[in-house]
Formats: sequence, structure tokens, C-alpha cells
Amino acid sequence: MAKSLFDKVWQAHAVRELPSGQTQLFIGLHLVHEVTSPQAFQMLREDNLAVPFQDRTVATVDHIIPTDTEVRPFSDEQAEGMMSAIERNCREFGIQLLDRASGSQGIVHVIGPELGLTQPGMTIACGDSHTSTHGAFGAIAFGIGTSQVRDVLASQCLAIVKPKLRRVEVNGVLPHGVYAKDVVLHIIRMLGVQGGVGFAYEFAGSVFDRMTMEERMTVCNMSIEGGARCGYVNPDQTTFEYLRGRRFAPQGEAFERAVAWWRGMASEPGATYDDVVQLDGSSLSPVVTWGINPGQAIGVGERIPSADDVADDEAQTVRDAIDYMGWKPGQAIAGTRIDVAFIGSCTNGRISDLREAAKVAALGKVKPNVKALVVPGSQDVARQAEAEGLHEVFRAAGFEWRLPGCSMCLAMNPDKLIGDQVCASSSNRNFKGRQGSPSGRTLLMSPAMVAAAALEGAVTDVREILK
Amino acid sequence: MDALIPVTRVAGRPIPLRGNDIDTDRIIPARFMKAITFDGLGALAFYDERYRADGSLKGHVMDDPRYSAKGDRIAVVNKNFGCGSSREHAPQALLRWGIKALIGETFADIFYGNCIANGMPIATADAATIEKLLAAIERDPKQELTLDVETRTATYGGETYRVEIPDGVRKQLVDGTWDATRVLLSAAAEVKATAQSLPYVQGF
Ligand code: SF4
Repeated sequence: MAKSLFDKVWQAHAVRELPSGQTQLFIGLHLVHEVTSPQAFQMLREDNLAVPFQDRTVATVDHIIPTDTEVRPFSDEQAEGMMSAIERNCREFGIQLLDRASGSQGIVHVIGPELGLTQPGMTIACGDSHTSTHGAFGAIAFGIGTSQVRDVLASQCLAIVKPKLRRVEVNGVLPHGVYAKDVVLHIIRMLGVQGGVGFAYEFAGSVFDRMTMEERMTVCNMSIEGGARCGYVNPDQTTFEYLRGRRFAPQGEAFERAVAWWRGMASEPGATYDDVVQLDGSSLSPVVTWGINPGQAIGVGERIPSADDVADDEAQTVRDAIDYMGWKPGQAIAGTRIDVAFIGSCTNGRISDLREAAKVAALGKVKPNVKALVVPGSQDVARQAEAEGLHEVFRAAGFEWRLPGCSMCLAMNPDKLIGDQVCASSSNRNFKGRQGSPSGRTLLMSPAMVAAAALEGAVTDVREILK
Repeated sequence: MDALIPVTRVAGRPIPLRGNDIDTDRIIPARFMKAITFDGLGALAFYDERYRADGSLKGHVMDDPRYSAKGDRIAVVNKNFGCGSSREHAPQALLRWGIKALIGETFADIFYGNCIANGMPIATADAATIEKLLAAIERDPKQELTLDVETRTATYGGETYRVEIPDGVRKQLVDGTWDATRVLLSAAAEVKATAQSLPYVQGF
């Protein structure tokens, strides 16, 4: 019988079935960062446990590090405490730490792929919900909590129930000025933020076939915002070419053997799915979120909905969002004034994102009342961008060029919104208070749209600027 | 490791947390995650929903005198509770505030797993049942709510509600095997065999 990638990867990694009905699943790559790991390491210490698969475990620092200084100790004592904890934990448990001194530091979901750690057919886990990003390579990648981080550290396994599988097909040709971010925001809008609960998503169709790896990462990254447990794209020539020559990818003849195995892991025609959804990519326009969850999104030419437009049990969420964001129902979203523009995060902090944003930035100047930040996703991304002169383009336009990290995606470092500022953001979450101010307001959009908003001081259709 | 702790039944005063899509950023804002332990998170649960910038109360249900009893609690919620960030700080904050179990329409997957991994039972029921239970609680908040994991029932004010807990989860809770580490470690030889069967672990 024809099998999906999901079934094949699951089967290859299933150690045994547990009495709980869960599968004990071997994890091929465990990525660790500073925020969700200290308690897990402490539990290992208390139970006298070691890390048996040290070479399948890699750590970095991204969430709390400042983006305006490399000076240690950090001025925030708690951040410094967190940093020292991961340094101590990695030393003590024999785990490779890719910190700033390594030259390979960055957001965990940016460095895994760019170093070639992330590969097709793998199982991957990380104490971070956006681990789904790695699915772009045809890996099954789960975000996990701290107790599970402890489980994977101690046993290299997860106890997990196999999710159902939904194929999300998007066909057609994306119009100019419509990006991967718009595609995934549209999917979440259509299927809902709860629509994916209990499912893994397989993204398929001509739109994903044509996407670069970085675009596929943007889509898989936000699977979790649609409620899915993970999301993936089948590996193909684009995947293999991306991986060729990367530091932790197989080299020489081993690479050719790897490609053969990877190819064999892809879903076969006729594989069975628990559900199939089809969407048309040709009709999309740039998408902007207006609410307090990523499903509350509209095309840039549309208007803010009212509670009367939605099903009864969603009406309260819509009222809550309109109230928090300060909208009038029926108001156009284009023209909304912004205070901050943030380009970065594991969704859109890669080199191709910066290139697209720089194309827009080169066409104007940031409005004087707007604070605009560009935060590369990793040291590699930063080096590449600087080699291409993108940092100069951004600076000349009035953007700040920062050091790599999560920054204002969740504001655990000093980069925060103040009061009820409105932020055009290339990140992934517009939850209440997400960007560091309890009343701060986030509008999610593509990096090019963020750049456009920075130049206009207001939400703008980037296609008008690129004309 | 500690002995197995079976969780068969939880009893406590109810706390109704109405609303769909309550995300973990709301349950515990990221700025409170900079400590390297979970200690002290209880007082910070739903902080930005409860307090204004000047520290005064906004009037969140957790601060409503009708629900101010000390001791163990059971939260009753609506749809997609715990969506968003995987942070285990969210169930830890609820647990440390006193919430020992949750009953609701649906829960986000990672949040659900995090709760079970901490021995916090989660039960689900359809929208009508949850609304009935919420209404009963809001009418008369001072009763004790019990969640019986074994019989899959919730009882409040003399009324019993059927709730759902998947067989496997129920077994984990009742047997005390909800802490997975011990179970996972008991198959070291099989884990090694699986690793050896994977071409990428062997370097192709
Ligand atoms: S960039 Fe944002 S979403 Fe991504 S890992 Fe960092 S905090 Fe999480």
C-alpha cells in the first residue's frame, strides 16, 4: 500500500508501543535553547540521569540575548543567569553549544537548517512550538514542553500519540507581491487556529513545489499557529540542493546515499490521508492580521470584520480582539498607523526575507515617528546580508541593524513595545502582550509588507510600492 | 526517581475561565520565564489579565471574591485552551496557583501533553455540557467540583456530568505512569536497536 512520509518516518522511529497507547518514538535530533531547558537539566541532576545521545543534541541561545550588545555579563541579571545556566548545563552534560563565540549562533529554527543538522526523514524535537519549521525538509518535528525536554535528554525518545494526517494542497500561481507568509496566514485563516488540533499537516501542491527551502520553512513554521502538531513538505531536488555541502550534512558519496534514502521517504502517490483540503493560491493578496490570534487575518484590501459576521461561538473572540486592538468594525486595515516595524524571527528572519525587505527599503525612508528594526535570524544570515550590503540598504533607509536573536518576536530581551504601540511584524504571533507590552498591538505580515509599512508609517499594499 | 503517584480523582473549588483560544502567552507572559526554576510562577498566572500597570486589579475572575477560596481548584474552560507557545511554564503557573485539573471543550495538543506530564488531568466535554457546568458554577460558586478520572465523570452541586479522557491517558493517570521518563528509560536496548537501524544515525 502506498505510504505517506509521515507513516514511513513514524514507523522507522517507533521503538515500541506503550501501554498508554502512545508510541515510544526515537528522536534523531534534539535542539535545545536557554529558556525551556534549565528546569529539564535540573530534573536530570535530581534523578542522576545522563544524556546518552550527546551527538544527536545541539544547543544555542536565542530567546533572551540582547541584540544591541555582545558584552557579558548582560545588564539583565536574569538573562545573564539563564545564559550561564545553559553554558554550565551543556558543559556538564556534554552537549555542543553554538553560542556567539562559535560564529554559528542564531534562532534555533534558523540554524538547524542552515547548518545542515535538519535533514529529511528525521524526527526532531525542541522545547519550542515552532520546531514545526524543520518539517520543510520532510522531517517530523515536534515542539515539546520542558518535561518532554527532560525525557528526550535522558532517553532520546518521546512518548507521543500519533496524530492524524491532513494534506493541505495549494495550487495555482501566487501573484506578484504575495509571499510564503501570506500563503500560511491564508491557510490559518481558512482552517482556523484550532483547525489543526490532533493533526500533522502535509503541505503539497504546485505552490509548495515551486517554493525555495526558506519559503517552505516560513510555511511549516506557522503550522503550529493553525493548531497542527507539526507540518512538512515532501523532500525533493530543491531540498537536496539546499543541503549539499552544508556543515553537518553528509559529504561526498555519503551524500548520494543519503539522497537515495531521503527520496525514498517521500509520500507515494495514492498514500492515504485522514483529510484533504484544497486551496487556490492564484487568488491571494498580501495578508495582514487584525486580531489577537494568527487566524484573525484579512487581505490588505479588506475591512475589519464585526462580531455579527462570524459564528456565535467566535463572536466573543472577535469582540475581544476589536476591543483590544482599538478598531471600529468595517474600518479598512490599509492606512493603519504603525509605531514600530520588526523584521526578523524564525518565521521571516532568513536571508531571502532580508533580501525581499531590502528591495522595498531601498525605495524610500522610514517615517521619522517609526522605530524600525532588522534582526537577522542567525550569525550566518547576518554575515551573508552584510556581504551583500543589505545592512547598508536598511541603515540608509532608517532601519536599525541588530545582532541575531528572537528579539521582538517575544520580547524576552530588551526589545519591547511600549504602551499600546502598534507593530508591523514579520513574526508569528499577535497574542495580547506578545511583544512585551501588556497592551501592545501586533499586525503580522510578510517582511516586504513590514518594510512597506515602515516607509509609509502605515499599513500599505507592498505591491503599490514595488510597481 | 519518585514512586509512582496515581491520580484517580481531583476535588476542589471551581474556577471558570471563559473564552476560546486562551493562549499560553496570556497564561504566563514571556517576561516571567527568565527564571531558571518554575518556583513563584503561581502568583504570576494570567498576570496581564489580572493587573493594571499600576498593580491594581482589573477584576479578573481569579480575583473575584466568590472564587477566592484557598486550596485545590479545578478550572473549567472553553475551546482551544493553551494554544500558542509550548512553554510548560503555563501549566506550572496554573498548578502552582492551585489548579490541579482542567475540564473544557478542547485543548491545544502541546499544552495537553504538558499537563498530563505533570499529573494534571484534563477532561473534555461537548460545548453544551461545558456551558451547563459553567452556568451551574456561576449560579452557585461555593460547591466542590470533583473530577473522577476512573469513572470519567465530573460532579458539581449534586449533578454528574460525563466527560471524556482517552483510554491511554486515563491509564497513565490511574497507574501513576504519567511521568514518562521512567517508562522511556526501561527500553534502552530497543532504543539502541532503533538508532542503529537509522541510516542517518549511522552516517549513511
Ligand atoms: S523567533 Fe519567536 S517564535 Fe521563533 S523561536 Fe524565537 S521566540 Fe520563538
